[in-house]
Amino acid sequence: MNQLQNFTKGFFKENPILVLVLGTCPTLATTTSSLNGMGMGIATTFVLVGSNVVISLLAGLIPDKVRIPAFVVIIASFVTIVDLIMQAYVPVLYATLGIFIPLIVVNCIVLGRAEAFASKNSVFSSLIDGLGMGLGFTMALGILGAFREIVGSGTLFGHKFIQGDGILVFVLAPGAFWALGYLIALVNRIKRTTK
Amino acid sequence: MEYVLIIISALLINNVVLVQTIGICPFLGVSNKVDTALGMSAAVVFVIVLATMVTYLIQIYILDKLGLAFMQTITFILVIAALVQMIEIILKKISQPLYQALGIYLPLITTNCAVLGVAILVIKKNYNLVEGVVFGASTAIGFGLALIILAGIREQMELVDIPKGMKGVPISLVIAGILALAFMGFSGIVK
Repeated sequence: MNQLQNFTKGFFKENPILVLVLGTCPTLATTTSSLNGMGMGIATTFVLVGSNVVISLLAGLIPDKVRIPAFVVIIASFVTIVDLIMQAYVPVLYATLGIFIPLIVVNCIVLGRAEAFASKNSVFSSLIDGLGMGLGFTMALGILGAFREIVGSGTLFGHKFIQGDGILVFVLAPGAFWALGYLIALVNRIKRTTK
Repeated sequence: MEYVLIIISALLINNVVLVQTIGICPFLGVSNKVDTALGMSAAVVFVIVLATMVTYLIQIYILDKLGLAFMQTITFILVIAALVQMIEIILKKISQPLYQALGIYLPLITTNCAVLGVAILVIKKNYNLVEGVVFGASTAIGFGLALIILAGIREQMELVDIPKGMKGVPISLVIAGILALAFMGFSGIVK
C-alpha cells in the first residue's frame, strides 16, 4: 500500500466513525456545534499521531504480554499533554468539552490503531496512518456538528443565517443519536451503490 | 434526602448513556439480547462501585497530598485496568458461578468509558466517599437500565422488515434517540 492510500483510507474506506463505528461517545457528546466537534477531532488527532509514532518506535522493546497496559500508558501521557495545553490556550473549548478530553484515553480508535497498525508498521507509515485516521475522525465530527448546529440552532461556525430558533432537540442527546444513525445509514447506502 | 436526590439524578435525569452519551460502545455492542445485557449490566455495576472507591481514595490520599493532580488520567486508567484484572482473578478463585456469569464481560469493561467517566466526575463534583459510591452505583444501574431497555426493543426489531442500509447500528441509534427523548421528560424533577 502506498502512503497516499494509507493516508486517505481514514477518510472514506475505513472512516473510524462512519464505517468502523468506533469512538461513538465523543462523537455524540461533542458535536453540538461544528466548532466543538472539530476541536474534539483535532485533540484526538494529536493523541493518535503522537501515540502511533511512539508506539511504533517502541514496538520492538515492549514485551508482548504487557503490550496493552504499555500502550494505554503512552496514550494516557499524550492525553494529559493535550489536556494541559487546551486548559492553558483554549479555556472556553476546554470547558465545553469537559470530561471528554480525559476520556480520549478510552476512545477505541486510539488503542485500535496502536494495536492493529502502529505496533506492526514503520514509524513513517504509522505517522501517516494516525494523521489520516485522525483527520477522517475530525471530518466526520465536523459534518455531524455542522448538521446539528444548522438544524438545531440555525447557525454555522457561530454565524446566524437562518431566522428563528431552530429545532432544539438536535442540539440535545436525542438529536445526536438520530443524526449519527441516519448518517451511517446514508454511508451504507452510498457504499452499496458504488460497489 | 440528598442521597435520594443523587440517585434520582444519576439514574434518570442525567442517565449516563441516554443523556450524557458516555458508554455508547458497549451500549451498541452488547444490546442484542436481554440475557447478555443483564450480565453486562451486573458486571458494570460491580466494577464501577469498586473503581469509584479505589480511585477516590487514591485521588485524596496520594495525588492531592503529593500535588500530582495532573497525573489523574494516567493513574485512573491504570488503576481501573489493574482492578478489572484483579476482580477477574479473585472471582475465578472464590466464586465459580459468579465468574461464569460475569467473566466474559469483565475484559470489555476496561474500555468502557463510563467507568473512567464516573471516577473523574466523582472528583469533579467534590463528593465525599459515600456520596461518590452512591453516585457510582446509581449511574451504573442507569447504564444497565438503558442497556436492558434497548436490548428488549432490539430483540423485537429482529422480526421487523427494515431498509437494508438501516439494519444494525443505524436503527439502534434511532431507537436510542427515541429513548433519549423519553428520558428528557425527567429533566427538571431535581435541580
